[in-house]
Amino acid sequence: MAGEKKQGLQLLDFWVSPFGQRCRIALAEKGLPYEYLEQDLGNKSELLLRSNPIHKKIPVLLHDGRPVCESLIIVQYIDEAFAPASLLPSDPYARAQARFWADYVDKKLYDCGTRLWKLKAGEPAQAQARKEMIEILKTLEEGALGDKEFFDGDAFGFLDLVVVPFTSWFLTYERHGEFSVEKECPRITAWAKRCGERESVAKTLSPPEKVYEFVGAMKKRFGIE
Amino acid sequence: MAAGEEESLRLLGLHVSPFALRARMALAFKGVSYEYIEEDLFHKSELLLSSNPVHKKVPVLIHNGRPVCESLVIVQYVDELFAGPNILPADPYERAIARFWAAYIDDKLFPAWVGVMRATTEEDRGEKLKETYAALQNLEKAFSECGNGKSFGGDSVGYLDLALGCFLPWFVALRMMFGVEVIGAANTPLLAAWAERFGETTVAKEVLPEPGEAVAYAKKLQAHRASLNK
Repeated sequence: MAGEKKQGLQLLDFWVSPFGQRCRIALAEKGLPYEYLEQDLGNKSELLLRSNPIHKKIPVLLHDGRPVCESLIIVQYIDEAFAPASLLPSDPYARAQARFWADYVDKKLYDCGTRLWKLKAGEPAQAQARKEMIEILKTLEEGALGDKEFFDGDAFGFLDLVVVPFTSWFLTYERHGEFSVEKECPRITAWAKRCGERESVAKTLSPPEKVYEFVGAMKKRFGIE
Repeated sequence: MAAGEEESLRLLGLHVSPFALRARMALAFKGVSYEYIEEDLFHKSELLLSSNPVHKKVPVLIHNGRPVCESLVIVQYVDELFAGPNILPADPYERAIARFWAAYIDDKLFPAWVGVMRATTEEDRGEKLKETYAALQNLEKAFSECGNGKSFGGDSVGYLDLALGCFLPWFVALRMMFGVEVIGAANTPLLAAWAERFGETTVAKEVLPEPGEAVAYAKKLQAHRASLNK
């Protein structure tokens, strides 16, 4: 109805988006019901364009009609607006570390991964992307995960849900880069398995083969082979 | 801080780095004392390299020996740790809005105005200036919608004031170097009025360097780049 503000939570999203998946996992972890609205990114809806006029991207969380954009901001909003805050660590220093590494993931992982599958195999730029991807995963393994069970410590939390959607993309990265994540980063691999046992994660992540298919279709559309 | 507790705070920075200035303004706003260590980014110290091995950049806040990196992470950390008025608003939705625009400032505005400074041709400079103005138009609109007419944060200095205010000496520097008015009353009247008000705050007066220092540093960077290209 025109003018009526929708109550509750709605998530404007795209099925394979790791950024959207972060929000879905966060909502599941907090036990929050919401309406999932799959977006057609080739033909963006009025609602999406109106809710995120600056970036015109998903995910967007609508809470009683008010939009929150950017996945890391959405996850923090979900944690703060629905007390008690359980996703981010309670200790300020641990929180700062979690935010630092979330920022690192956003600056590095997705872009490098995109280059890895977009660039032609055998080109020096692609070899560079492969090298960088392995470095990024190793940095996360050494610097952020260390010997812990989860990125956030003993329990699954913010940084885990920030990183875990990308584990569905490992197969795609491996096939394009011709390397093995398990071989290069065994602890990350073990952590990914551990997270996968969690219901919120298992129900949200795209099967790796589906991601690979999706990327294949994207490549055809961009005329890359 | 409990009585008798040893609290050590050091900040690794660069006098003209807008990101270091954010951290310093946050600390000044909270009235927290700390040891400031000026870094020579052409010869990075062991302390910097070991405290920020991932990015090797300033600022780094070292609190009781533990490093915190990335300016906005530091600002939030300082806000959460030290008593006093809030930097980030208390309301979760307002916090989300503040975080959104701070991210926008870093992802869109910063690369654009730095591009103005680094451009090697007039054409490039013009392009980057256009991008800078476009980003500022979005901020102007945001300001009119959620800045309550005084400062982004409201009655006192807030998160977005720090996120954007750290660029002000550089905006003046760009005027001195290239004759361009980045935040002008014609294009962005609300931001221009805000810039003047912010410049008058204790925090800005205490921390922000003279624009001339930014100009001098830009020239140093240029010379360094030129020497690398020989």
